[in-house]
Amino acid sequence: MKLNKALLTGIALTILGGTAAQADNVMRWAGAKDIYSLDPYSYGDSYTIAFLNHVYEGLVRYDENLEIEPALATEWEIVSPSLWRFKLREGVTFHDGAEFTADDVLASLARVSHETSPLRGNLPAYKSATKIDDHTIEIELSGPYPLLLNDLTNIHIFDDSWMKANNSELPTDVSAQVEGFATFNANGTGPFKLESRVPDSSTVLLKNAEWWDEPRHNLDRIEFTPITSAPTRVAALLSGEIDLVDEAPVQDLGRLSASPGIQVLERANLRTIMAGFNRKEKLADGRDNPFNDLRVRQAFELALDKDLIQKRVMRGKSRNAGTIIAPEIPGYDAALDQFPAADPAQAQKLLKEAGHEGLPFVLTCTTDAYVNEEEMCNAMVSMLTRAGFKPTLDIGPQAVQTPKRSGGQADVYLVGWANEPMLDSYSILVQMVESKSGTAGVFNWGGWSYPQVDALIRQASTEMDRDKRLALQTEALKAVKDELILVPLHQQPMAWAMSDKVEDVAQLADNKVRHWLTRMK
Amino acid sequence: MLVFIIKRLFNAIFVMLAVAFLAFAIFRVAGDPVEMMANEQMTQADRDALRERMGLNDPMLVQYARFVANAATGDFGMSWRNGQEVIGLIADRFPATMELVLMATLLSLIVGLPLGVLTAIGRGRWFAESLQFISIIGVSLPSFVVGIILILIFSVTLGIAPAFGRGEVVRLGWWTTGLLTSSGRAALILPSIALALYQITLIMRLVRAEMLEVMRSDFVKFARARGVPRHRIWFRHALRNCLMPVVTMTAMNVGALIAFALITETVFQWPGMGMLFIQAVTFLDFPVMSAYLVIISFIFVMLNTAVDIAYAVIDPRLREAK
Amino acid sequence: MSSDPEVNLPAEIIVRSDGPDGPLTRWQKSDLWHSFTSKPSAMIAAALLLVMALAAFTAPLYVPQNPYDPAQLDLLNAEIPPIWAADGQWPFLLGTDTQGRDMVSAILYGSRISIIIGVASVALSLAVGLIFGLFAGYFGGLTDTILMRLGDIFLSIPTILVAILVSAVARQALPTNLREVGAAAVLVFAISMSAWVQYARTVRAQAAVERGREYVQAARLLKVPAHRIMFRHILPNTLTPIFVAATLNFGMAILTEATLSFLGIGMPPSQPSLGTLIRLGNEFLFSGAWWVVVFPVVQLSLLVVSVNLVGDWLRDALNPKLR
Repeated sequence: MKLNKALLTGIALTILGGTAAQADNVMRWAGAKDIYSLDPYSYGDSYTIAFLNHVYEGLVRYDENLEIEPALATEWEIVSPSLWRFKLREGVTFHDGAEFTADDVLASLARVSHETSPLRGNLPAYKSATKIDDHTIEIELSGPYPLLLNDLTNIHIFDDSWMKANNSELPTDVSAQVEGFATFNANGTGPFKLESRVPDSSTVLLKNAEWWDEPRHNLDRIEFTPITSAPTRVAALLSGEIDLVDEAPVQDLGRLSASPGIQVLERANLRTIMAGFNRKEKLADGRDNPFNDLRVRQAFELALDKDLIQKRVMRGKSRNAGTIIAPEIPGYDAALDQFPAADPAQAQKLLKEAGHEGLPFVLTCTTDAYVNEEEMCNAMVSMLTRAGFKPTLDIGPQAVQTPKRSGGQADVYLVGWANEPMLDSYSILVQMVESKSGTAGVFNWGGWSYPQVDALIRQASTEMDRDKRLALQTEALKAVKDELILVPLHQQPMAWAMSDKVEDVAQLADNKVRHWLTRMK
Repeated sequence: MLVFIIKRLFNAIFVMLAVAFLAFAIFRVAGDPVEMMANEQMTQADRDALRERMGLNDPMLVQYARFVANAATGDFGMSWRNGQEVIGLIADRFPATMELVLMATLLSLIVGLPLGVLTAIGRGRWFAESLQFISIIGVSLPSFVVGIILILIFSVTLGIAPAFGRGEVVRLGWWTTGLLTSSGRAALILPSIALALYQITLIMRLVRAEMLEVMRSDFVKFARARGVPRHRIWFRHALRNCLMPVVTMTAMNVGALIAFALITETVFQWPGMGMLFIQAVTFLDFPVMSAYLVIISFIFVMLNTAVDIAYAVIDPRLREAK
Repeated sequence: MSSDPEVNLPAEIIVRSDGPDGPLTRWQKSDLWHSFTSKPSAMIAAALLLVMALAAFTAPLYVPQNPYDPAQLDLLNAEIPPIWAADGQWPFLLGTDTQGRDMVSAILYGSRISIIIGVASVALSLAVGLIFGLFAGYFGGLTDTILMRLGDIFLSIPTILVAILVSAVARQALPTNLREVGAAAVLVFAISMSAWVQYARTVRAQAAVERGREYVQAARLLKVPAHRIMFRHILPNTLTPIFVAATLNFGMAILTEATLSFLGIGMPPSQPSLGTLIRLGNEFLFSGAWWVVVFPVVQLSLLVVSVNLVGDWLRDALNPKLR
C-alpha cells in the first residue's frame, strides 16, 4: 500500500532543477551531526533546537549579547509572583499564512509541557496558561520563579490550527508507530522556512520574505548538510563545497587557519564536560556500588591529568574546570574553580583505603556529543588504569548511550551541560543535581540524593532577589564540589571555520548558529 | 521449460521467506523492542499496552506471518531514530545508490573489457603481466582506503572533484538524479571510481580467463591453421564468446555492488541506502536494518533468478543439467 | 600450453615417477615448486607474508610497548613523529599516535589480530563447509536438500551485509563487559557466516561423484564406517580447489575485518586491529600527523596484496586449464 503511494507520486513528473542556481546568497552549512527531527519538542537536543530556531521562534529571544529581547511577545509584566502576563506581537503570520494569536501560544505550551514531552524539563515552573484576548495571555507558575523568560527563549511556537489539522497536538510518540506530521514538516514564524529535508543528507531553508522583523541577514537560502566524518568535513571546506562548518575539528584548526580563503572563529564554550557516577545501591551487575564511597570518587578525580588532556587531546583549546559551570554563568565562584593536580599514587592509596583496588567498572561515553570525546575517553581509560582502576570503555552514539546513562547501566558516564537556554546555574542545579522528582532531576542519571542540596536549590527557585538567589546557588555548587557529586573536567572548545565568502556571523558563547545574523559577500 | 521456471521461482520465494525470517529474528535477538522504543517516563502499564498493541504477545509464527505480510506491501514500520516510515526513508535514498551502482557498473565494463582483452592477447608480455599484477593490487586495496586516497588527491590537493555528497539533484517524480546538473555529475566521479575499482579487476580477470580458454579450443586452432588472421580470431570469436559470462556476472554482481556501496557511501557521505543502513547500525535502528536486509536480498535473488531463467531460455541444455 | 593430467591431484602427491627420493627432493622436483620458482612475484609475496606473520607473532618479544595495556599508553608520548623526522624519539621508530601508542607495536599487534581473525574465520568456515558438504554429497536426499538450501539463503545476502548484521546484533546481545573480550570471536563468526557455502558446494559436488566410484562401493560393502570413507577417501580428493579458495578467502577475511573495524563495528580501540588504527588515524588526516594513518594503510595493503598474490599463483598453478 505504502509503496504504491510512493510510486503514484512518481507519476506526477515535476522538475525542480535550477532554482538554487538563481538564488543569490546560498549558505552551504555543514554540521557534525544531523538534527534529530523537525519537531523541536520530540527530542531534547540543543543542536536540534538551535537549528529549528531558524524556522520557529519563542516569545522572547537572546540578542547578540545574550540579553533577552522581545520576539513573539512585545511586552510582559509580573502580575503576581506566580502569574505573568504577555502581550503578543500583532501582524505576525506563520509560513503557511495563518495569523499568530494567543491560541497558538496556548497550544504550544500545552504540547511542550505534556507528560510525554522530552522537553518538559526545560519549563520547570510552568503550571498553566490562559488566554485573555487574542493577543494577550497569562502564564501561571507553580510559585515565584525568576527564570521564566530565559526558559521561554527556546519554547518554540507552533500554529494551533496547523497542529490540529495534522493531528500533532501532542509530542511525537515514536512508540505509537505513526509518523508524526511535525517530524518532517515545519510551519513557524521564523526568518527562514523549510523547503525540503532528507534526513542525514540535507535540510534546505529559504528566506521568509514575510518575516515580522527587519532582517539583518542577506541569505536567500540555507543548505544544511551533516558530515559526520571530521576529515570529510574539513576536505569539503578546503575544496570550497561548504561555506561554514560549525564544528571544526580542533586538531585541524592549524591547517585550516593556514589555508588561503578560510577563516577560523574560536571562543570559549559554556559547555562543561563532567563525569557522573551511578549512585544507586547496586551497580548494574549486582555489585554493591563502590562509587557511593567518597574516597573512590576522589581517587577518580586524582587519577585524571586534566592538564595533559587539555594540552594533547584538546590541543590547548579547552579550559580546565574545577566547578561544574563556566565562569560566564551566573552563580560562578572562582574560589570553587580549583582542582587538585593529578596524583595517581594518592589515587591508588585512596582506592586501597576504600578496599577497592583494581576496581572494574564501565565508562560510558558517546561518539557524537562532545568535542574529541572518543580520544578523551581513551586517554581517561589509560590514566584510570595507571591509578589502579580497571575501566572498560563503552562507546556509541548518544541516542544509544543515553538510555544506558539514565537507566543505571553506566557505572561512570561523561555528560556535558551548557546551562542553555537558561544561562544560569539554576539550570544545572535543578535538572542535574537535584534529586529526581517531577521536573527536577531529569538529568540526575546517577540517581543521587542530597537533601541539604535539594533544600538550597528549592530555596533559590523562589528567591526573587538575584544576588540572594545566586548566593544560594553558589552554596549548592560548593556542596556539589565537596561531595564530588560530579567531577568537572573542562569547558570544551568551540570552533567554526568558514570560507571568506562569509562576511559576518554571530558566534556567541552558547555555540548556536544564528544565520539570521549572518551576512555573506 | 515452464516447470523449470516455476521451480526456480519457487526456490526464490523460499529463499526470500528465509531471509525475511532472519530480518524478523534480528529484532528478537537484539533485545526487547518495547524497552528500546519506550521513553523513560513510560509506566509498566503503558509498556504492557504497547506490547499488546504491537502484537508482541502473539505466538512467534503469527508475528512472523504478520511481518512477511507487511513487508510484502512495503510496510517495514517506523524508524526508531527518525520517526519516519522506513519504506519512505529507503525510497528517498534508492535513486542515489542506484545511480552510483549503475555508473560504477558502466565504468567497470568500459575499462575492464579492453584491459581483459589486452592481458589475454599479450599473455606473457611485460605489459600484460604488469596489468595482471596491478589487478591484484586492485582487489587487495580496501575500498575505504581507495576512497580516502581519491579524496586526498582529487578534491583536497587538486580540487577538481567534490569530496562528499551528491551535488545538486533534479527530482523526476519519485526519482532523483544528479546526472542533469554539473555539480551532480561532478559529485558522481570519485565515488563511482572507488566503487568500480574492484569490479574492473573482476571483469578484466574474467575476460582474460575466458579468452584464454577459447583460444585454446580446437576450433580456434583449426581457424589458425586455416590462416584466419589473429585479430579476427581475437575479436570475432574469442571476445564474442566471453561476452555472455561477462554480462551474466555483471548482472549478478549488481546486487553485491549495491551492498558493497555502503562503504563507498560512508566514505563519500553519499546519501544512499548504504549510508542509511550504516547509520541505522550505529544507532541500533532495527526496523531500518531489517528492511535494508530484505530489500537488498530481494534485488539479489531477483537478479539471480532472472539470469538463471534467461540462461535456460537461451541454452536448453542447462535445464537438463540442473 | 601442455595439459598435464597430474596437476589435478593434491599437492602432496604430485611426484615424478623417477626415483624414491626424500620428501624434500620430491617437493623440489614437483610442478608446484617449479611454477613457484619461475614466478618472482609469488616468491616475493610468500617471503613477505612469512616475514610479516613472523614479525607479528613474535612482536611481544621485542616491541617497546604492549598497545593493549592501557597503563602503558601515556598522552605525554602522543603524536611523536617517526624517528627520521626532526622531533623523532627513540624507541618510537614510526612515531606514536594520539594516545601515545607506539606505531610499530600497534601495527604489529594489529597485524596479529588481523591474521588471527583471518585464519580463524577460514578455519571455521572450512570446518563447517567441509562437514556440511561431505554429508550433503555423501548422504544426498533430505540432508542434501536442507544443507544446500541453507547455503542458498546465505548466498542470497551479500557477504559484507551478513558480516555487518551479525557483528552488530551479536555485540548488542552481549553484555557490556564481554563486548571487548568477545569482539574478535564475534568477528570470526560474522565473517565465517557466509564463507562456508563455497567450500560446502565444492566438496558436495566431489563427494557426489566419488560416492559412485568403485572403491567407495567396495568400502561400503566391507562395512567401513561412513565417516571413515568420507574423511579418509573422499575429502583428500577435494583438497586442491578448497586450498586455493581458502587462500583467497583468507585475504577476503582480512579485508572484511578491516572494513568492519573501519566502520566502527569491529575491533574496539582498546585492542586495535589495522582497520581500527586506520579509522582512528583517519580523524587526523589533516592535522599533520600523517604517520598515524599512512603506516597502518601500508601494512594492511601489503598484507592483503601478498596473500592475494600467493593465492593467485596457487590458483593458476593448480588449475590445468590456465597453464
